[in-house]
Amino acid sequence: MAKRRDFIKKSTLAAFSTVLGADIVFGDRLMAGYTPVLIEQNTPQALFGKHKEMRTLNDRPWNIEAQAHLLDDKITPADKMFIRNNGIIPKPDKDNWVLTVEGESAGSRKTYTLNDLKSKFKAYTYQLTLECGGNGRSEFNPPAKGNQWTIGAVSCANWTGLRVKDLLADVGMKSDAVYLAYYGADTHLSGDPEKVVISRGVPIEKALEDETLLAYQMNGEDIPIAHGFPLRLVAGGFPASASGKWVNRLSIRNIVHDGPKMTGTAYRVPVKPVAPGTEVPEEDMGIIESMPVKSLVTYPKSGALIQQGQSLDIRGHAWAGQLEVRAVHYSTDFGSTWQQAKLERPKNRLAWQHWSARVNLPAKGYYEIWAKATDSNGKSQPMVVPGWNPKGYLNNACHRIAVKVV
Amino acid sequence: MKEDDFLKGFYGLFRAVIGIFALLVLVLGLGWLAYENPDLFKTPPKKVEAELVTEPTIMAEGEFAEGEHKLLVIANCTGCHSGKLVTQNRATREGWTNMIRWMQRTQNLKDLGEDEQKILDYLTENYAPTEQGRRANLEVEEWYDLR
Repeated sequence: MAKRRDFIKKSTLAAFSTVLGADIVFGDRLMAGYTPVLIEQNTPQALFGKHKEMRTLNDRPWNIEAQAHLLDDKITPADKMFIRNNGIIPKPDKDNWVLTVEGESAGSRKTYTLNDLKSKFKAYTYQLTLECGGNGRSEFNPPAKGNQWTIGAVSCANWTGLRVKDLLADVGMKSDAVYLAYYGADTHLSGDPEKVVISRGVPIEKALEDETLLAYQMNGEDIPIAHGFPLRLVAGGFPASASGKWVNRLSIRNIVHDGPKMTGTAYRVPVKPVAPGTEVPEEDMGIIESMPVKSLVTYPKSGALIQQGQSLDIRGHAWAGQLEVRAVHYSTDFGSTWQQAKLERPKNRLAWQHWSARVNLPAKGYYEIWAKATDSNGKSQPMVVPGWNPKGYLNNACHRIAVKVV
Repeated sequence: MKEDDFLKGFYGLFRAVIGIFALLVLVLGLGWLAYENPDLFKTPPKKVEAELVTEPTIMAEGEFAEGEHKLLVIANCTGCHSGKLVTQNRATREGWTNMIRWMQRTQNLKDLGEDEQKILDYLTENYAPTEQGRRANLEVEEWYDLR
Protein backbone atom coordinates (compact mmCIF):
# COMPACT_ATOMS: atom_id res chain seq x y z
CA MET A 1 0.00 0.00 0.00
CA ALA A 2 2.90 2.34 0.79
CA LYS A 3 4.15 2.01 -2.77
CA ARG A 4 0.77 2.86 -4.21
CA ARG A 5 0.44 5.93 -2.00
CA ASP A 6 3.85 7.10 -3.24
CA PHE A 7 2.74 6.62 -6.79
CA ILE A 8 -0.42 8.61 -6.25
CA LYS A 9 1.43 11.37 -4.45
CA LYS A 10 3.94 11.63 -7.27
CA SER A 11 1.35 11.62 -9.99
CA THR A 12 -0.64 14.22 -8.09
CA LEU A 13 2.36 16.47 -7.87
CA ALA A 14 3.17 15.93 -11.51
CA ALA A 15 -0.36 17.00 -12.33
CA PHE A 16 -0.11 20.09 -10.12
CA SER A 17 3.13 20.95 -11.87
CA THR A 18 1.48 20.66 -15.26
CA VAL A 19 -1.37 22.88 -14.19
CA LEU A 20 0.91 25.49 -12.72
CA GLY A 21 3.40 25.30 -15.55
CA ALA A 22 6.27 24.92 -13.15
CA ASP A 23 7.85 22.34 -10.90
CA ILE A 24 6.79 22.46 -7.31
CA VAL A 25 9.93 22.92 -5.33
CA PHE A 26 10.18 20.55 -2.38
CA GLY A 27 6.98 19.00 -3.65
CA ASP A 28 7.98 15.72 -2.07
CA ARG A 29 7.83 17.41 1.33
CA LEU A 30 4.28 18.64 0.92
CA MET A 31 1.95 17.34 3.55
CA ALA A 32 -0.91 15.06 2.59
CA GLY A 33 -4.04 17.06 1.86
CA TYR A 34 -2.12 20.23 1.07
CA THR A 35 -3.26 21.97 -2.11
CA PRO A 36 -1.11 24.62 -3.74
CA VAL A 37 -2.89 27.97 -3.69
CA LEU A 38 -3.14 28.37 -7.46
CA ILE A 39 -5.23 25.24 -7.78
CA GLU A 40 -7.99 27.04 -5.97
CA GLN A 41 -8.23 29.40 -8.92
CA ASN A 42 -9.19 26.45 -11.09
CA THR A 43 -12.82 27.23 -10.34
CA PRO A 44 -15.75 28.02 -12.62
CA GLN A 45 -15.71 31.53 -11.15
CA ALA A 46 -12.07 32.18 -12.01
CA LEU A 47 -12.10 30.33 -15.32
CA PHE A 48 -15.50 31.18 -16.75
CA GLY A 49 -16.77 34.06 -14.62
CA LYS A 50 -19.63 31.96 -13.25
CA HIS A 51 -21.87 33.16 -10.42
CA LYS A 52 -20.67 32.02 -7.00
CA GLU A 53 -23.80 29.96 -6.35
CA MET A 54 -23.45 27.85 -9.50
CA ARG A 55 -22.95 24.21 -8.54
CA THR A 56 -20.09 22.16 -9.91
CA LEU A 57 -21.10 18.56 -10.55
CA ASN A 58 -17.94 17.66 -12.37
CA ASP A 59 -14.71 19.54 -13.08
CA ARG A 60 -13.20 17.25 -15.69
CA PRO A 61 -15.09 17.56 -17.93
CA TRP A 62 -16.80 20.74 -16.69
CA ASN A 63 -20.44 20.21 -15.73
CA ILE A 64 -22.00 23.05 -13.77
CA GLU A 65 -25.62 23.82 -13.04
CA ALA A 66 -27.65 26.79 -11.86
CA GLN A 67 -30.21 26.78 -9.05
CA ALA A 68 -33.81 27.80 -9.66
CA HIS A 69 -33.48 31.27 -8.09
CA LEU A 70 -30.39 32.03 -10.21
CA LEU A 71 -32.52 31.63 -13.34
CA ASP A 72 -34.85 34.50 -12.47
CA ASP A 73 -33.60 36.74 -15.33
CA LYS A 74 -35.83 36.79 -18.41
CA ILE A 75 -32.75 36.30 -20.56
CA THR A 76 -30.14 34.06 -18.95
CA PRO A 77 -26.82 35.91 -18.52
CA ALA A 78 -23.60 34.00 -19.17
CA ASP A 79 -22.66 33.79 -15.49
CA LYS A 80 -25.82 31.81 -14.68
CA MET A 81 -25.82 29.50 -17.66
CA PHE A 82 -25.19 25.80 -17.05
CA ILE A 83 -22.19 24.08 -18.63
CA ARG A 84 -22.43 20.53 -19.92
CA ASN A 85 -19.16 19.49 -21.51
CA ASN A 86 -18.15 16.02 -22.62
CA GLY A 87 -14.48 16.60 -23.33
CA ILE A 88 -11.72 19.13 -22.95
CA ILE A 89 -12.37 22.75 -23.93
CA PRO A 90 -10.29 23.72 -26.98
CA LYS A 91 -8.29 26.94 -27.41
CA PRO A 92 -9.86 28.33 -30.57
CA ASP A 93 -7.95 30.63 -32.91
CA LYS A 94 -10.64 33.05 -34.02
CA ASP A 95 -8.67 34.44 -36.96
CA ASN A 96 -7.91 31.09 -38.51
CA TRP A 97 -11.16 29.30 -37.70
CA VAL A 98 -12.51 27.38 -40.68
CA LEU A 99 -15.91 25.77 -40.96
CA THR A 100 -16.15 22.93 -43.43
CA VAL A 101 -19.54 21.81 -44.73
CA GLU A 102 -19.61 18.44 -46.46
CA GLY A 103 -21.34 15.05 -46.33
CA GLU A 104 -22.99 12.47 -48.59
CA SER A 105 -25.94 14.78 -49.22
CA ALA A 106 -23.97 18.00 -49.67
CA GLY A 107 -24.06 19.44 -53.19
CA SER A 108 -20.46 20.55 -52.74
CA ARG A 109 -17.77 20.70 -50.09
CA LYS A 110 -17.29 24.27 -48.95
CA THR A 111 -15.22 26.05 -46.34
CA TYR A 112 -15.97 29.35 -44.63
CA THR A 113 -14.01 31.65 -42.35
CA LEU A 114 -15.80 33.36 -39.47
CA ASN A 115 -15.73 36.52 -41.51
CA ASP A 116 -17.43 34.74 -44.42
CA LEU A 117 -20.20 33.56 -42.13
CA LYS A 118 -20.71 37.03 -40.68
CA SER A 119 -20.52 38.96 -43.96
CA LYS A 120 -22.09 36.64 -46.56
CA PHE A 121 -25.20 35.68 -44.59
CA LYS A 122 -27.95 37.70 -42.93
CA ALA A 123 -27.76 37.64 -39.12
CA TYR A 124 -30.74 36.68 -36.96
CA THR A 125 -31.22 36.88 -33.20
CA TYR A 126 -33.54 34.61 -31.21
CA GLN A 127 -34.07 33.77 -27.56
CA LEU A 128 -33.64 30.00 -27.52
CA THR A 129 -34.27 27.58 -24.67
CA LEU A 130 -31.51 25.03 -24.23
CA GLU A 131 -32.06 22.26 -21.71
CA CYS A 132 -29.78 19.30 -21.09
CA GLY A 133 -31.53 16.00 -21.87
CA GLY A 134 -30.41 14.74 -18.45
CA ASN A 135 -31.72 17.72 -16.46
CA GLY A 136 -33.47 16.25 -13.39
CA ARG A 137 -31.60 12.94 -13.62
CA SER A 138 -30.84 12.91 -9.88
CA GLU A 139 -34.47 12.08 -9.09
CA PHE A 140 -34.70 8.79 -10.98
CA ASN A 141 -34.99 5.62 -8.97
CA PRO A 142 -33.14 3.32 -9.51
CA PRO A 143 -30.47 5.90 -10.29
CA ALA A 144 -29.03 6.44 -13.75
CA LYS A 145 -25.33 6.92 -14.33
CA GLY A 146 -23.92 10.27 -15.38
CA ASN A 147 -23.96 13.79 -14.05
CA GLN A 148 -26.64 14.03 -11.39
CA TRP A 149 -28.40 17.19 -12.56
CA THR A 150 -31.13 18.57 -10.32
CA ILE A 151 -33.09 21.38 -12.02
CA GLY A 152 -30.46 23.85 -13.17
CA ALA A 153 -29.37 22.55 -16.60
CA VAL A 154 -31.56 24.94 -18.58
CA SER A 155 -31.09 28.42 -20.02
CA CYS A 156 -32.67 30.87 -22.43
CA ALA A 157 -30.20 33.34 -23.90
CA ASN A 158 -30.17 35.56 -26.96
CA TRP A 159 -28.30 33.81 -29.76
CA THR A 160 -27.15 35.62 -32.89
CA GLY A 161 -25.89 34.02 -36.07
CA LEU A 162 -26.86 32.88 -39.52
CA ARG A 163 -29.70 30.53 -40.28
CA VAL A 164 -28.47 27.01 -40.93
CA LYS A 165 -30.90 26.80 -43.83
CA ASP A 166 -29.18 29.75 -45.53
CA LEU A 167 -25.85 28.00 -45.15
CA LEU A 168 -27.21 24.72 -46.50
CA ALA A 169 -28.69 26.57 -49.48
CA ASP A 170 -25.26 28.07 -50.19
CA VAL A 171 -23.60 24.65 -50.06
CA GLY A 172 -26.38 22.93 -51.94
CA MET A 173 -28.24 19.99 -50.47
CA LYS A 174 -29.29 16.78 -52.22
CA SER A 175 -32.87 15.54 -51.90
CA ASP A 176 -31.79 12.44 -49.91
CA ALA A 177 -30.53 14.50 -46.93
CA VAL A 178 -31.68 13.05 -43.59
CA TYR A 179 -29.60 14.56 -40.81
CA LEU A 180 -27.28 17.49 -40.11
CA ALA A 181 -24.31 16.46 -37.96
CA TYR A 182 -21.78 18.67 -36.17
CA TYR A 183 -18.17 18.12 -35.23
CA GLY A 184 -16.37 20.36 -32.71
CA ALA A 185 -12.81 21.15 -31.69
CA ASP A 186 -13.04 19.76 -28.15
CA THR A 187 -10.71 16.85 -27.36
CA HIS A 188 -11.27 13.52 -25.66
CA LEU A 189 -10.67 13.10 -21.93
CA SER A 190 -8.51 10.03 -22.57
CA GLY A 191 -6.07 12.26 -24.47
CA ASP A 192 -6.53 10.20 -27.65
CA PRO A 193 -6.33 12.85 -30.42
CA GLU A 194 -8.15 10.60 -32.89
CA LYS A 195 -11.18 10.17 -30.67
CA VAL A 196 -14.25 12.32 -31.36
CA VAL A 197 -15.75 13.51 -28.05
CA ILE A 198 -19.33 13.98 -29.17
CA SER A 199 -20.86 14.43 -32.60
CA ARG A 200 -24.61 14.76 -32.65
CA GLY A 201 -26.98 16.93 -34.66
CA VAL A 202 -30.59 17.29 -35.76
CA PRO A 203 -32.95 15.84 -38.38
CA ILE A 204 -32.79 17.88 -41.55
CA GLU A 205 -36.33 19.25 -40.99
CA LYS A 206 -35.15 20.72 -37.68
CA ALA A 207 -32.01 22.11 -39.32
CA LEU A 208 -34.20 23.97 -41.85
CA GLU A 209 -36.34 25.73 -39.23
CA ASP A 210 -35.95 29.52 -39.10
CA GLU A 211 -34.72 29.42 -35.49
CA THR A 212 -31.94 26.88 -36.03
CA LEU A 213 -28.79 29.01 -36.01
CA LEU A 214 -25.11 28.71 -36.50
CA ALA A 215 -24.40 31.27 -33.81
CA TYR A 216 -21.34 33.45 -33.26
CA GLN A 217 -22.79 35.65 -30.51
CA MET A 218 -24.56 35.07 -27.21
CA ASN A 219 -26.32 37.96 -25.50
CA GLY A 220 -24.71 40.40 -27.92
CA GLU A 221 -21.12 39.35 -27.34
CA ASP A 222 -18.73 36.68 -28.57
CA ILE A 223 -19.91 33.31 -27.28
CA PRO A 224 -18.09 32.56 -23.99
CA ILE A 225 -15.44 29.86 -24.36
CA ALA A 226 -17.29 27.35 -22.15
CA HIS A 227 -20.39 27.74 -24.31
CA GLY A 228 -18.80 27.15 -27.70
CA PHE A 229 -16.69 30.09 -28.88
CA PRO A 230 -16.39 30.94 -31.72
CA LEU A 231 -19.19 28.97 -33.37
CA ARG A 232 -22.11 26.99 -31.99
CA LEU A 233 -24.98 25.17 -33.60
CA VAL A 234 -28.09 26.25 -31.67
CA ALA A 235 -31.20 24.10 -32.01
CA GLY A 236 -33.58 25.26 -29.27
CA GLY A 237 -36.24 22.87 -28.01
CA PHE A 238 -34.07 19.80 -28.60
CA PRO A 239 -31.77 18.31 -25.94
CA ALA A 240 -28.92 20.86 -25.66
CA SER A 241 -26.43 18.19 -26.79
CA ALA A 242 -27.83 18.72 -30.30
CA SER A 243 -26.42 22.26 -30.12
CA GLY A 244 -22.76 21.47 -30.77
CA LYS A 245 -20.04 23.76 -29.44
CA TRP A 246 -16.74 24.89 -31.03
CA VAL A 247 -18.14 23.73 -34.37
CA ASN A 248 -15.62 23.39 -37.19
CA ARG A 249 -17.42 20.90 -39.42
CA LEU A 250 -21.00 20.22 -40.45
CA SER A 251 -21.92 17.09 -42.33
CA ILE A 252 -25.15 16.71 -44.34
CA ARG A 253 -25.85 13.02 -43.92
CA ASN A 254 -28.03 10.69 -45.99
CA ILE A 255 -28.57 8.50 -42.90
CA VAL A 256 -29.51 9.25 -39.29
CA HIS A 257 -26.15 10.48 -38.00
CA ASP A 258 -24.07 7.80 -36.29
CA GLY A 259 -21.43 9.88 -34.46
CA PRO A 260 -20.42 9.34 -30.81
CA LYS A 261 -23.41 9.87 -28.45
CA MET A 262 -25.93 9.44 -31.27
CA THR A 263 -26.01 5.65 -31.07
CA GLY A 264 -26.48 2.99 -28.39
CA THR A 265 -28.34 4.38 -25.40
CA ALA A 266 -26.99 7.96 -25.42
CA TYR A 267 -29.71 10.62 -25.54
CA ARG A 268 -32.25 7.88 -26.18
CA VAL A 269 -35.28 6.66 -24.22
CA PRO A 270 -37.32 3.45 -24.51
CA VAL A 271 -39.78 3.69 -27.39
CA LYS A 272 -42.33 1.89 -25.20
CA PRO A 273 -42.69 2.66 -21.47
CA VAL A 274 -40.82 0.29 -19.14
CA ALA A 275 -40.96 -0.57 -15.43
CA PRO A 276 -38.24 1.08 -13.26
CA GLY A 277 -34.95 -0.78 -13.54
CA THR A 278 -35.78 -2.66 -16.73
CA GLU A 279 -32.87 -3.56 -18.98
CA VAL A 280 -33.82 -2.20 -22.39
CA PRO A 281 -32.19 -3.56 -25.56
CA GLU A 282 -30.58 -0.89 -27.74
CA GLU A 283 -32.95 -1.50 -30.63
CA ASP A 284 -35.87 -0.51 -28.37
CA MET A 285 -34.33 2.90 -27.61
CA GLY A 286 -35.28 5.97 -29.68
CA ILE A 287 -33.49 9.30 -30.13
CA ILE A 288 -34.87 12.18 -28.04
CA GLU A 289 -36.06 15.05 -30.22
CA SER A 290 -38.39 17.67 -28.69
CA MET A 291 -37.92 18.17 -24.95
CA PRO A 292 -41.06 17.84 -22.78
CA VAL A 293 -43.10 20.67 -21.24
CA LYS A 294 -41.55 22.05 -18.05
CA SER A 295 -41.45 25.06 -15.74
CA LEU A 296 -39.52 26.60 -12.88
CA VAL A 297 -40.38 28.81 -9.92
CA THR A 298 -37.49 31.27 -10.03
CA TYR A 299 -38.86 33.66 -7.38
CA PRO A 300 -38.86 33.46 -4.45
CA LYS A 301 -35.89 31.28 -3.60
CA SER A 302 -37.02 28.15 -1.75
CA GLY A 303 -36.97 28.64 2.02
CA ALA A 304 -38.80 31.99 2.27
CA LEU A 305 -40.31 32.96 5.64
CA ILE A 306 -43.24 35.35 5.30
CA GLN A 307 -45.56 37.01 7.79
CA GLN A 308 -49.18 36.05 8.17
CA GLY A 309 -51.28 38.30 5.94
CA GLN A 310 -48.33 39.13 3.69
CA SER A 311 -49.15 38.38 0.07
CA LEU A 312 -46.47 36.63 -1.92
CA ASP A 313 -45.53 37.34 -5.54
CA ILE A 314 -44.29 34.25 -7.36
CA ARG A 315 -42.88 33.95 -10.85
CA GLY A 316 -40.84 31.82 -13.21
CA HIS A 317 -40.52 30.49 -16.74
CA ALA A 318 -42.13 27.67 -18.72
CA TRP A 319 -41.10 26.01 -21.97
CA ALA A 320 -42.27 23.09 -24.08
CA GLY A 321 -39.54 21.84 -26.42
CA GLN A 322 -40.71 22.33 -30.01
CA LEU A 323 -44.15 23.47 -28.82
CA GLU A 324 -45.54 26.51 -27.02
CA VAL A 325 -46.78 26.62 -23.42
CA ARG A 326 -50.55 27.11 -23.31
CA ALA A 327 -51.00 27.53 -19.54
CA VAL A 328 -49.19 27.51 -16.22
CA HIS A 329 -50.98 26.51 -13.02
CA TYR A 330 -49.72 26.61 -9.46
CA SER A 331 -50.78 24.86 -6.27
CA THR A 332 -50.15 25.89 -2.67
CA ASP A 333 -51.85 22.83 -1.17
CA PHE A 334 -49.72 19.93 -2.41
CA GLY A 335 -51.61 19.55 -5.68
CA SER A 336 -55.17 19.40 -4.27
CA THR A 337 -56.24 22.57 -6.06
CA TRP A 338 -54.66 24.48 -8.91
CA GLN A 339 -54.89 28.14 -9.91
CA GLN A 340 -53.97 29.59 -13.27
CA ALA A 341 -50.99 31.95 -13.41
CA LYS A 342 -50.55 34.91 -15.74
CA LEU A 343 -48.56 33.70 -18.74
CA GLU A 344 -46.72 35.77 -21.36
CA ARG A 345 -46.39 34.79 -25.00
CA PRO A 346 -42.87 33.74 -26.03
CA LYS A 347 -40.59 36.50 -27.38
CA ASN A 348 -40.13 34.23 -30.39
CA ARG A 349 -40.74 30.56 -31.16
CA LEU A 350 -38.68 28.27 -28.84
CA ALA A 351 -38.11 31.00 -26.23
CA TRP A 352 -39.20 30.24 -22.69
CA GLN A 353 -42.30 32.07 -21.44
CA HIS A 354 -42.62 34.04 -18.23
CA TRP A 355 -45.39 33.38 -15.74
CA SER A 356 -46.37 35.13 -12.51
CA ALA A 357 -49.01 35.14 -9.80
CA ARG A 358 -49.85 36.69 -6.43
CA VAL A 359 -50.48 34.19 -3.66
CA ASN A 360 -52.21 34.60 -0.31
CA LEU A 361 -51.48 31.80 2.12
CA PRO A 362 -54.32 31.39 4.63
CA ALA A 363 -52.68 30.49 7.93
CA LYS A 364 -49.36 29.94 9.68
CA GLY A 365 -47.56 26.80 8.61
CA TYR A 366 -45.43 25.03 6.01
CA TYR A 367 -46.40 25.34 2.36
CA GLU A 368 -45.00 24.20 -0.93
CA ILE A 369 -45.62 26.06 -4.16
CA TRP A 370 -45.80 23.76 -7.14
CA ALA A 371 -45.81 24.92 -10.75
CA LYS A 372 -47.24 22.91 -13.61
CA ALA A 373 -47.13 23.92 -17.28
CA THR A 374 -49.31 22.58 -20.10
CA ASP A 375 -48.16 22.55 -23.73
CA SER A 376 -50.11 23.40 -26.87
CA ASN A 377 -50.97 19.71 -27.32
CA GLY A 378 -52.55 19.57 -23.86
CA LYS A 379 -49.75 17.62 -22.16
CA SER A 380 -48.87 18.69 -18.59
CA GLN A 381 -46.02 18.10 -16.21
CA PRO A 382 -46.42 15.13 -13.85
CA MET A 383 -46.30 15.76 -10.09
CA VAL A 384 -44.08 12.75 -9.46
CA VAL A 385 -41.04 11.72 -11.47
CA PRO A 386 -42.18 10.63 -14.96
CA GLY A 387 -41.62 7.28 -16.64
CA TRP A 388 -38.30 5.72 -15.69
CA ASN A 389 -35.73 5.29 -18.42
CA PRO A 390 -32.28 3.67 -18.24
CA LYS A 391 -30.22 6.85 -18.75
CA GLY A 392 -32.34 9.18 -16.65
CA TYR A 393 -33.49 11.65 -19.28
CA LEU A 394 -36.54 13.94 -19.56
CA ASN A 395 -37.50 14.39 -15.91
CA ASN A 396 -40.12 17.14 -16.20
CA ALA A 397 -41.81 16.60 -12.82
CA CYS A 398 -43.27 19.87 -11.57
CA HIS A 399 -40.91 22.15 -9.67
CA ARG A 400 -41.57 22.81 -5.99
CA ILE A 401 -40.37 25.43 -3.52
CA ALA A 402 -40.90 25.59 0.24
CA VAL A 403 -42.41 28.60 2.06
CA LYS A 404 -43.35 29.09 5.71
CA VAL A 405 -45.87 31.56 7.09
CA VAL A 406 -44.64 32.60 10.54
CA MET B 1 43.64 73.92 -37.42
CA LYS B 2 40.90 76.34 -36.70
CA GLU B 3 38.81 74.76 -39.40
CA ASP B 4 39.43 71.31 -37.88
CA ASP B 5 38.29 72.51 -34.46
CA PHE B 6 35.27 74.05 -36.07
CA LEU B 7 34.47 70.79 -37.89
CA LYS B 8 35.00 68.74 -34.73
CA GLY B 9 32.66 71.05 -32.87
CA PHE B 10 30.16 70.89 -35.67
CA TYR B 11 30.23 67.11 -35.82
CA GLY B 12 29.90 66.93 -32.04
CA LEU B 13 26.85 69.13 -32.15
CA PHE B 14 25.49 67.17 -35.09
CA ARG B 15 25.90 63.87 -33.21
CA ALA B 16 24.19 65.32 -30.16
CA VAL B 17 21.26 66.54 -32.21
CA ILE B 18 20.93 63.14 -33.96
CA GLY B 19 21.17 61.43 -30.55
CA ILE B 20 18.47 63.59 -29.01
CA PHE B 21 16.29 63.12 -32.08
CA ALA B 22 16.70 59.30 -31.92
CA LEU B 23 15.81 59.36 -28.23
CA LEU B 24 12.77 61.50 -28.97
CA VAL B 25 11.60 59.06 -31.68
CA LEU B 26 12.11 56.15 -29.29
CA VAL B 27 10.20 57.77 -26.41
CA LEU B 28 7.35 59.00 -28.59
CA GLY B 29 7.23 55.64 -30.39
CA LEU B 30 7.01 53.68 -27.16
CA GLY B 31 4.46 56.15 -25.83
CA TRP B 32 2.34 55.71 -28.96
CA LEU B 33 2.62 51.92 -28.76
CA ALA B 34 1.54 51.97 -25.14
CA TYR B 35 -1.36 54.25 -26.02
CA GLU B 36 -2.52 51.99 -28.85
CA ASN B 37 -2.03 48.73 -26.88
CA PRO B 38 -2.77 49.49 -23.25
CA ASP B 39 -1.86 45.94 -22.16
CA LEU B 40 1.54 45.90 -23.87
CA PHE B 41 3.67 46.88 -20.91
CA LYS B 42 1.59 45.34 -18.18
CA THR B 43 2.82 42.31 -16.31
CA PRO B 44 1.03 39.30 -17.77
CA PRO B 45 -1.81 38.12 -15.53
CA LYS B 46 -1.32 35.11 -13.31
CA LYS B 47 -1.90 31.75 -14.96
CA VAL B 48 -5.47 30.95 -14.10
CA GLU B 49 -6.42 29.60 -17.49
CA ALA B 50 -5.16 26.23 -16.42
CA GLU B 51 -8.24 24.24 -17.32
CA LEU B 52 -8.70 25.81 -20.69
CA VAL B 53 -5.69 23.73 -21.54
CA THR B 54 -7.37 21.26 -19.27
CA GLU B 55 -4.74 19.52 -17.38
CA PRO B 56 -5.82 17.13 -14.71
CA THR B 57 -7.54 18.62 -11.73
CA ILE B 58 -7.08 16.57 -8.63
CA MET B 59 -9.85 15.63 -6.33
CA ALA B 60 -8.61 15.62 -2.79
CA GLU B 61 -8.40 12.17 -1.29
CA GLY B 62 -10.69 13.37 1.44
CA GLU B 63 -13.59 13.79 -0.98
CA PHE B 64 -13.81 10.05 -1.54
CA ALA B 65 -15.45 8.00 1.19
CA GLU B 66 -13.04 6.27 3.56
CA GLY B 67 -12.77 2.58 2.87
CA GLU B 68 -10.59 -0.26 1.75
CA HIS B 69 -9.17 0.25 -1.78
CA LYS B 70 -9.97 3.98 -1.75
CA LEU B 71 -6.55 4.91 -3.16
CA LEU B 72 -6.78 2.21 -5.77
CA VAL B 73 -10.07 3.70 -6.93
CA ILE B 74 -8.61 7.23 -7.02
CA ALA B 75 -5.62 6.00 -9.00
CA ASN B 76 -7.73 4.14 -11.54
CA CYS B 77 -10.73 6.44 -11.88
CA THR B 78 -9.32 9.97 -11.86
CA GLY B 79 -6.83 9.60 -14.71
CA CYS B 80 -9.36 10.71 -17.28
CA HIS B 81 -12.25 12.30 -15.41
CA SER B 82 -12.93 14.12 -12.19
CA GLY B 83 -13.49 12.11 -9.02
CA LYS B 84 -16.76 13.99 -8.73
CA LEU B 85 -18.14 11.90 -11.56
CA VAL B 86 -17.65 8.86 -9.34
CA THR B 87 -18.83 10.27 -6.04
CA GLN B 88 -22.05 11.84 -7.39
CA ASN B 89 -23.22 8.48 -8.77
CA ARG B 90 -24.94 5.58 -6.98
CA ALA B 91 -25.25 2.05 -8.34
CA THR B 92 -25.36 -1.62 -7.51
CA ARG B 93 -22.36 -3.85 -8.19
CA GLU B 94 -23.92 -4.71 -11.52
CA GLY B 95 -24.47 -1.03 -12.29
CA TRP B 96 -20.84 -0.13 -11.51
CA THR B 97 -19.66 -3.09 -13.59
CA ASN B 98 -21.73 -1.84 -16.51
CA MET B 99 -20.17 1.62 -16.19
CA ILE B 100 -16.68 0.08 -16.33
CA ARG B 101 -17.66 -1.99 -19.39
CA TRP B 102 -19.08 1.12 -21.07
CA MET B 103 -15.86 3.04 -20.44
CA GLN B 104 -13.85 0.11 -21.79
CA ARG B 105 -16.07 -0.16 -24.87
CA THR B 106 -16.24 3.53 -25.74
CA GLN B 107 -13.81 5.61 -23.67
CA ASN B 108 -10.41 3.85 -24.00
CA LEU B 109 -10.44 2.46 -20.44
CA LYS B 110 -7.92 -0.40 -20.12
CA ASP B 111 -8.50 -3.86 -18.69
CA LEU B 112 -8.37 -3.38 -14.92
CA GLY B 113 -7.16 -6.95 -14.26
CA GLU B 114 -7.18 -8.09 -10.66
CA ASP B 115 -7.92 -4.56 -9.47
CA GLU B 116 -11.40 -4.64 -10.94
CA GLN B 117 -12.93 -6.71 -8.16
CA LYS B 118 -11.35 -4.50 -5.49
CA ILE B 119 -12.59 -1.36 -7.23
CA LEU B 120 -16.07 -2.85 -7.42
CA ASP B 121 -15.94 -3.82 -3.74
CA TYR B 122 -15.18 -0.22 -2.79
CA LEU B 123 -17.79 1.34 -5.06
CA THR B 124 -20.52 -1.11 -4.12
CA GLU B 125 -19.81 -0.62 -0.44
CA ASN B 126 -19.58 3.18 -0.46
CA TYR B 127 -21.71 4.31 -3.37
CA ALA B 128 -24.75 2.06 -3.31
CA PRO B 129 -28.16 3.35 -4.35
CA THR B 130 -30.53 4.60 -1.68
CA GLU B 131 -34.27 4.04 -1.94
CA GLN B 132 -35.54 7.53 -2.72
CA GLY B 133 -39.05 6.75 -3.91
CA ARG B 134 -40.86 8.61 -6.67
CA ARG B 135 -40.41 12.09 -5.16
CA ALA B 136 -38.30 13.13 -2.16
CA ASN B 137 -39.14 15.73 0.47
CA LEU B 138 -37.84 19.20 -0.29
CA GLU B 139 -34.62 20.06 1.44
CA VAL B 140 -34.27 23.70 2.41
CA GLU B 141 -30.67 24.80 2.79
CA GLU B 142 -31.50 27.94 4.70
CA TRP B 143 -34.74 29.61 5.77
CA TYR B 144 -34.66 33.37 5.27
CA ASP B 145 -36.98 36.31 5.92
CA LEU B 146 -38.66 37.55 2.77
CA ARG B 147 -39.83 41.15 2.94
